[in-house]
Amino acid sequence: MAIHEKALIEDERLQQHDELVVDGVDVSGHWNTMIAPRTVRDYDDDFETKIQSFAGGENVHRCWQCGSCTNSCTMYAQNVQFNPRYWIYLTRLGMKEELVKDKDIIWQCVSCNKCTNICPKDVKPEGVMKALAHWMEEEGITEKAPSTIFDEEFADQIYKTGRIEDSKVMQNFFKKTGQPLVQEWMKIFIFRMMKHLPVKHLMAMGINTVHTPRTKSWGKTGDVLKNYVREQKEAAHG
Amino acid sequence: MAKVAYYPGCALEGSGGPYDRSTRVLVKALGLEMENLRDYNCCGAMEVKNIHPMLQTYLSARNMAIASEQMGMDTVMAPCNGCYHNLKKAEYETATSQDAMDTVQDLARKSDDPVYTGDVRTLHLLEWLMEELGPEGIKQKMTKSLNGIKIANYYGCMYTRPRQIFPEKDNGPGSDSSYQPHFMDDLLGAAGAVNVDFPLKTSCCGGAHTLSDSDTSTQLVLNLLQSAEDSGAEVIATECPTCHSGLEMHQVRAETEFGIKTDVKVVYFTQLLGLAMGLSPRKLGIHENVSDSIGLLKEKGVI
Repeated sequence: MAIHEKALIEDERLQQHDELVVDGVDVSGHWNTMIAPRTVRDYDDDFETKIQSFAGGENVHRCWQCGSCTNSCTMYAQNVQFNPRYWIYLTRLGMKEELVKDKDIIWQCVSCNKCTNICPKDVKPEGVMKALAHWMEEEGITEKAPSTIFDEEFADQIYKTGRIEDSKVMQNFFKKTGQPLVQEWMKIFIFRMMKHLPVKHLMAMGINTVHTPRTKSWGKTGDVLKNYVREQKEAAHG
Repeated sequence: MAKVAYYPGCALEGSGGPYDRSTRVLVKALGLEMENLRDYNCCGAMEVKNIHPMLQTYLSARNMAIASEQMGMDTVMAPCNGCYHNLKKAEYETATSQDAMDTVQDLARKSDDPVYTGDVRTLHLLEWLMEELGPEGIKQKMTKSLNGIKIANYYGCMYTRPRQIFPEKDNGPGSDSSYQPHFMDDLLGAAGAVNVDFPLKTSCCGGAHTLSDSDTSTQLVLNLLQSAEDSGAEVIATECPTCHSGLEMHQVRAETEFGIKTDVKVVYFTQLLGLAMGLSPRKLGIHENVSDSIGLLKEKGVI
C-alpha cells in the first residue's frame, strides 16, 4: 500500500525500491515502499513497577491510552516529538530501548499540569515525566538534567535552613550546570533591574547572599525530613 | 472577618519584592487586617516534590500548623501561586488520605514542630479580596480610576491546575473558574480597567525551566506577550512572582538574543489596584519592575 504518513515510521524501517515486482506484479512507483516487520523481544516486564517506585510514577498503571495528556501538553505544542501518551505506553510495555531514544527531551516537561488536570484516570502524567527523567539519571542513561540539579539545589537549601534564597539558588545552579553566570541578556536584565530598585532592597538582597534567611525554629526538621526521604527511597528501590 | 495569616513565601522576599510591598500597602489601604505568618519555611516550590512528594506536603502542613496552633488563625493567605498551590495540595491530600495525614503528624512530632490537624483553610490573595470586598467593595474604596487601561489578565498554571485540589472552584456564581478564571478581571474591571479577551489566561510561561531550558521559556513567554498584544492589551496583569519574573526576563531575552521586541508592560495586579486606591507609585514599587510601565501609566493619567 502507499504510505503517506512516513513521519510516523522510523527511517531505518522504511524500505524503498526503485523497481519492484511482487508475485509477478510490477508495483514500482507509488506502491514501492514497505515497512520492515519487527518482533519486539526486548521488553522488560518489571519496568512499570520500577517507574511506580519513583516520585510521581505511582499511578502509571492506570493509563487507558486516551491521549488527553499529549493533546493538552504545553511541550507537545512546541515539539511534536514530546509525547507523554506514547511514553506512558512504552513504560507499561516495558520497552526501555524505545524510551531511551527520547532521553534528551523527556526532562523538558514544564510541570504546567494541563495533563494531570485533564487525565480521566488520575495517572498524573506530569509526575510520570519526572519519574522517567529520574530513572534515566539513576541508570546513568542521561546526565543529571539541569532541572534535577535545580530540584536538588532547592531541597538541599531547605534541609539546611527551611528557606531558599533565589540568588544563591541561581549561583549554585549556574555553577553546577557549567553555564556562564553572566550571559548577555542577563546583564541587560540585571542592569534594568538595578536601575530602579531601592538601595534598601539591593542591600537586603546582598545581605541575603551572605546571611541566608533561616527559619529560626527549623531545629531538627531538616534532618527528620532528610531521614524520612532516605528511608522511603531505600524501601522503594531496595 | 477571617483571621488571616499572611504567607509571603521566599520569592516575595527576593525577586518578587515589589509584589510583597504592594500587597502590604494595598491590604492596609483597603482596611483589611492580616498578620505575618511567624517564622515560616519555604513551600518547596515546584522542585521539591520531584525529590519526594511527602516533602512538599509536609512543608506546607508545617506552615498551616504554625498559623493555627501557634497564632490562633483560621486562614493562611498567599499571594504567590506556587505557595498557594502547595498549600492547597497539602490541604487536599491530608483531607483525602488518612495515611498522608498520619505521616505529616508523625513527622511533626519527630521534629518538635506544631502538629497540623486540618483546622485551617488556605486562600490566594485574589480569593481573599473577593471574599472580603469583591468588585463592589473595590468601587467604594477607589479614589482614582485605571481610566480604561487595556489589561490582559494572566493567571498562569498553578492557580487553576490540577482542578482536583481546588474543590472550592467551579462552584457556580461567586466561585472562580478553573477553566476561565475571572477574579482578577472582576477586581481590575471594578477599578476602571478594560479587560481584553485574552485566550492564554492559564497557559504556561515555562517558569519551572526559566533557567534550565531558556529557549523553551522564551518561546512560551513570547506566545503570551504576542497574544496579549494581538488582543489589544497594553498591560499584562500578573498575580504570581514566578510568572512575573519569567515574563520580564524572557521579554528582555527575546529582545536581546532574537531581536523580537514586544511593548506590552508587565505589572502586578496589586500595583494596579493600589493605583486606583490613590497610593503612590513609589510605595507600590512600580519603579522596581524591570518592565517600565511608568510612561504608559502617565499617558493614561493613572499616575
